[in-house]
Amino acid sequence: MIKHIVYLASALGLFWLMLSGHYTGFMFGCATASIALTLFIAWRMDVVDDEAEPIHLTGQIFHYWLWLAMEVAKANLDVCRRIWSPKLDISPTMICLTANQKTPLGVMLYANSITVTPGTVCVNVEGDKLEVHALTWSAAEDLLDGEMDRRVCRLEI
Amino acid sequence: MNLLIDSLTMVCLALGCFLGLTGGIGIYRLPDFFTRLHASSVTDSACAFLILFGLALQAGWSLVTIKLGLVFFFLVLSSPTASHALAKTALNSNQQPLLGREDKR
Repeated sequence: MIKHIVYLASALGLFWLMLSGHYTGFMFGCATASIALTLFIAWRMDVVDDEAEPIHLTGQIFHYWLWLAMEVAKANLDVCRRIWSPKLDISPTMICLTANQKTPLGVMLYANSITVTPGTVCVNVEGDKLEVHALTWSAAEDLLDGEMDRRVCRLEI
Repeated sequence: MNLLIDSLTMVCLALGCFLGLTGGIGIYRLPDFFTRLHASSVTDSACAFLILFGLALQAGWSLVTIKLGLVFFFLVLSSPTASHALAKTALNSNQQPLLGREDKR
C-alpha cells in the first residue's frame, strides 16, 4: 500500500515536472496540493493497488515495448502494402484465442497489444477467451503461433 | 548537423503524411466496418509516431519534446481502447464481419 502510494506520488510529480515548465515556489505549492488531492481521490476510489500501479512490470516492460514497436512497424508495412495493392489482397478472419496470463492485468496487456498492432483487433474478451478480428489470414496465424502470448506471460512473473 | 536534422525531419513528416493518406485510402477501399478499423489503426500508430518524431527533432532537447512524447504515449494508450470499444459495439449491434478467402500472396 505505502509502496503504491509512493510510486503514484512520484509518477504524478514527474508528470507535473514534465508538463509545467514554470519552476517557482508558488507553482510548486500548487503542484503539491494537486498531487495530494489526486492521491486522496485515488485512495478514496480504492484504485491504489497492484492493478492500477503495476510496479512489478516496470523493469521488463520497456524491453517488451521495444519488441512490440518492431511488430507494429512490420504490421504497418504489411497493411500498407495490402491497401495499395491493386487486387486488395485481404482475407478477413475471426479467430478465438486463449490468453494464458494469470491476472486480468496480463490479459488486458495482451488484448491491447493485439489491438494496437495494425491488422488485428481484439473484439471481445470473456474471461481468458479473446475474440480477434484479423485483416489477413497470415496475421491471424501469427497470433495463433502465440509468440506475443508467451512474451506477455513472461512479463508477469 | 542542422541540415541532417532538417532533412531527417522532412523524411519523417513526408512518410507520416503518406501513411496518413494510406489510412484514408484504406478506409475508402476496404469493404466493411471491421476491415476499415485496421486501416485507421495504421494512422493511429506509425503515422502519428513519424509526424510527432519529426516535430520532436525540430524542437530539440526541450520540454516540447517531452510533451510530444507524452502526446504519443497517450495516443498509443487510447487508440486501441477506442478501436476495441468500436469493434465490440459494432459486433453487439449485429454488424456481421465480412469473412474472406485464403491469402493469395
